[in-house]
Amino acid sequence: MKTPPSPSSNPLLPRERIKLPRQHMPEQSAIERARNFHEVNLGYSAELARQEALRCLECRNPVCVDHCPVGVKVRDFVRLIVAGDFLGAAAKIREDNVLPAITGRVCPQEDHCEGACLLCKKGESLGIGYLERFVADYEQQAGIRSLPSAPASGKKVAIVGSGPSGLAAAGDLAQRGHKVHVFEALHELGGVLVYGIPEFRLPKQIIREQLDYMRAMGVVFETDVVVGRTVTIDELMQEEGYDAVFIGTGAGSPQFMNIPGEHWNGVYSANEFLTRINLMHAYEFPAYDEPMLDLHGRDVAVIGGGNTALDAIRSALRLGARKAYVIYRRSQAEMPARAEEVKHARQEGIEFLMLTSPVEFLADDKGWLRAARCICMQLGEPDASGRRRPVSVEGSEFNLPLSVAIMAIGTTANPVIQSTTPGLETNNRGYIQADQVTQRTSRKGVFAGGDIVTGSATVILAMGAGRRAAKSIHEYLMTGEWQPEATESKTAPVVVPAGL
Amino acid sequence: MFRILHSEFLAPGIKRLVIEAPRIARKQQPGQFVILRLHEHGERIPLTIENSTPQEGTISIVVQSAGKTTSLLNSLNAGDTILDVVGPLGKPSHIANFGTAVVIGGGVGTAMAYPTAAALKRAGNRVISTIGGRTKEFVILEREMREVSDVLMITTDDGSYAEKGLVTDRLRQLIQNGVRIDLVLAVGPIVMMKAVAEMTRAERIPTVVSLNPIMIDGTGMCGGCRVMIDGKSQFACVDGPEFDAHQVNFDVLVQRNAMYREAEQRSLAEYRCQLEARTNRANSTQEGACVSGGGVR
Repeated sequence: MKTPPSPSSNPLLPRERIKLPRQHMPEQSAIERARNFHEVNLGYSAELARQEALRCLECRNPVCVDHCPVGVKVRDFVRLIVAGDFLGAAAKIREDNVLPAITGRVCPQEDHCEGACLLCKKGESLGIGYLERFVADYEQQAGIRSLPSAPASGKKVAIVGSGPSGLAAAGDLAQRGHKVHVFEALHELGGVLVYGIPEFRLPKQIIREQLDYMRAMGVVFETDVVVGRTVTIDELMQEEGYDAVFIGTGAGSPQFMNIPGEHWNGVYSANEFLTRINLMHAYEFPAYDEPMLDLHGRDVAVIGGGNTALDAIRSALRLGARKAYVIYRRSQAEMPARAEEVKHARQEGIEFLMLTSPVEFLADDKGWLRAARCICMQLGEPDASGRRRPVSVEGSEFNLPLSVAIMAIGTTANPVIQSTTPGLETNNRGYIQADQVTQRTSRKGVFAGGDIVTGSATVILAMGAGRRAAKSIHEYLMTGEWQPEATESKTAPVVVPAGL
Repeated sequence: MFRILHSEFLAPGIKRLVIEAPRIARKQQPGQFVILRLHEHGERIPLTIENSTPQEGTISIVVQSAGKTTSLLNSLNAGDTILDVVGPLGKPSHIANFGTAVVIGGGVGTAMAYPTAAALKRAGNRVISTIGGRTKEFVILEREMREVSDVLMITTDDGSYAEKGLVTDRLRQLIQNGVRIDLVLAVGPIVMMKAVAEMTRAERIPTVVSLNPIMIDGTGMCGGCRVMIDGKSQFACVDGPEFDAHQVNFDVLVQRNAMYREAEQRSLAEYRCQLEARTNRANSTQEGACVSGGGVR
């Protein structure tokens, strides 16, 4: 190991660091948390954070940074933790990531920074996500904010959607002195962070604080505007004077399996199930007006193997479900959900029915779901996604008694903006065509990123797209140059939707 | 916050609210709806836009009190505000010169049929409208419908006004009399729309109905509003709300709309009880306890 280029206050030698165990994340006990919506992970103390930070090898060429979709300077912020400068560490992260308290909780670090960490080769990776969360929470509690003050550019940018990609783009653009206006279709800001991810994984208060931070930066938010319906992209640019538009509307419409019985009462999409709980507080009925089915003593299953599936079924468990199943047609090795979430779900008592797929939903004579007819699967040859294709085992059907079934098998592109914006090109699956580097679309001044370009992916990938878009929007606003050829060559990478 | 500029009862429990919503007013087309939420703990409900005045930046909705939220809406007056109004949502009605169009409005459905009737008239159609209500006082928008119709027929269930009978009876008469009909639009209770669909199916008259399933976001995100059209699932909020009546599975719509009936009834009971308690408090010092039995299904 060579000496790092900037000063380190870590007193340990690399070989000593390697011997240190990864610091365990304190969490609510499984029995306790399975019945409440409080956060599962409790966060590092300052002492735990420092202990963990000491493990960092401070690589000269930190690969973790290369593997971060937004390029957080991991080594540098970890060094500041070792030095005890937690606010400095937070500021260092904020140079590249406007939502550290959120990504510190929901980013799949094992696929990015932590997956690349050299400590993996000797044991467990550095707890980069845990450390990020620690400094972000520390900063939030301290209430100290370094608000940037770039001189006003006089340019106006409209951001469509207040989810992770929109917020990341908005933050960067405001920092560069542009006037940013975010339009949100729902009544609450945050997109999937608010309607999709449950409180026990990402408390709403965290999002509210991040939004307050962005308001203080000068970002203006407007709810109840469905761009494409309430106002079109063309109207925003031609009549409301926006110099550029970023579309970050998310993946959109839930998919169903198209098997018999999906219309029975009790069959939900994961989006609806989670929206009722997270956005509408239906579980607090009648204090809140939006109703949902009482899950107490009922058997509930989610179909799918992604993070959304686990969010839904773990919510069902917390709402009193007697049995809570994950039905997934492949094996656990192929599950797209984060390993930590699967572990947590198992601890809480979720049952996993692997290599199983429903073929029909059965109902009583009033149309209420009573069972899922399932079939067992086995893995065959690899398919287009590289994963072994599940093949049904003849004659293996069985009935699984259920009151509620939640479909979490991915989403398709929501067409509202594409169909109301002439000249905005889409791919054969209906997602918006955007350059992978500049996020430019086929329309001058219009950029897009996140799930509406790639299909269902993750918060951090959407944020990465938002940041790339902000950079290229800034260049476009400053130079007025638009190179259409940039959009032709590259198409968005195909991302397999969670749960397939 | 969206301000109510004007309100009036059109019939007992049926109220028209004129709301300041300039962005929506500018874009609204016949057949589209808004989703609104009244307060921080409120649910989101869809309501068809009756009319809009872009110059004044207003839209109007007609609300019949049925559950808690619609009852609350019915209690609002000019000067009050609605927390969230989002729209216009859904596909606009398909408007063309079809020839002769029969527009059927059952009860409060008349208010939903009205903007489309007006557009059909403007497009050059001969518009025959048939509207009805339980009794005389439930016949709404008679003047407005007369203005946009070549022929206006009115029915009441009890015969207290105009012809005794159902709106569908008048449609049957038209068909039996051999009147050439190129399009039927029916908006109202599900049983009425289903009856219309059955009647026109045999005659192969193109028929459109506007569906009212349970919705949350109204933008295609949640899939709660899925309806069965020609055996396949569609989302009423983005694929509708208007569909070919002959392809709609009305039984599934009835079944799905019953999903939260118990919860809805409980909400309404508690709301009424609170109202009573408030009235009682105003009159005396008596306190009312609002606990209703039974859980949520």
